[in-house]
Amino acid sequence: MRAIALTVLATLVLLGAARQPAGAQSTKPVSEDTVHEVAAQLRCVVCQNLSVADSPSEMASQMRAIIRERLAAGESPAEIQRYFVDRYGEWILLSPPRRGFNLLVWLLPVAAVVVGLTATCALVWRWTHRPRRARPSPAAVDAAMSERIRREMERGS
Amino acid sequence: MKRIWRWLIPLAAVPVLALLAYGFRVSPRDIPSPLVGRPAPAFALDTLDGAPWSLEAHRGKVVVVNFWASWCYPACYEEAPVLERNWRGYRDRGVVVMGVDIQDKREAAQKFVGDLGLTFPVAQDPKGTVSVDYGVYGVPETFFVDRRGRIRMKHVGAVTDEVFRATVDGLLAEPASP
Repeated sequence: MRAIALTVLATLVLLGAARQPAGAQSTKPVSEDTVHEVAAQLRCVVCQNLSVADSPSEMASQMRAIIRERLAAGESPAEIQRYFVDRYGEWILLSPPRRGFNLLVWLLPVAAVVVGLTATCALVWRWTHRPRRARPSPAAVDAAMSERIRREMERGS
Repeated sequence: MKRIWRWLIPLAAVPVLALLAYGFRVSPRDIPSPLVGRPAPAFALDTLDGAPWSLEAHRGKVVVVNFWASWCYPACYEEAPVLERNWRGYRDRGVVVMGVDIQDKREAAQKFVGDLGLTFPVAQDPKGTVSVDYGVYGVPETFFVDRRGRIRMKHVGAVTDEVFRATVDGLLAEPASP
């Protein structure tokens, strides 16, 4: 147990040391998780609805290599994302940034749910609290007829 | 109240229909390049002949950077003769055509250049860095760089004589320095 803790500690210290910026030319060890994280946010340019992380195309694999290289050169994921947006426009991002006109995409579904729920609740309330309408008056049946019905029913049972 | 509802429900379909009408008319492949009007990303590659070629060395000329691949059939096969013809026609007037071959095998590229008799410089972009720098998402794509080194036009799909001449003539008519 203690050995494990020590190993973890040593790894963390080493990772911490690796994170220190040590000259512009130095290459950092790059975790594939980070590459994947950046690639997953980018649209594969030669596919439909696939991210650079998921696409088997050569273009996507070259893009992953570029991401890896830039990470190794010390760029942050945000800087790499900006690099791609500068070249391809916001189109390259799989989820549009939450500002300006794009907010519509994020807010409309929420608004639609709210409006839908409100409308449903209002309708249900109205249906359950409907004022009792006056029954069709039985006046159409005259006294003689209702007397006859009563008699027939008694006889029938 | 009832009247309003009767109109409101069909009316609600209108924006949805409008969105669909817009969405189906727009090709998802036509993406405006943010690079038009900006300085062309510098690059240096070795041509298939082994000679170094850099964009920097051609500042002051109108440079046509064409991204292509031997597997891009038929568009790249259609436009290669157009590029060759116009390069021959314009090379003495300060126009350079540069072919960047992407995601391709060297032998296939050499065969393409040989079969189509291309004489303008052609280089491979083995790591895809130049194509990503130019925001290329397919082939063929062609960038027209003015004499001040800025991208002025991006053409997606095979370049035609009309597009080449109109664009290059326009750029040649501009003063070389601001």
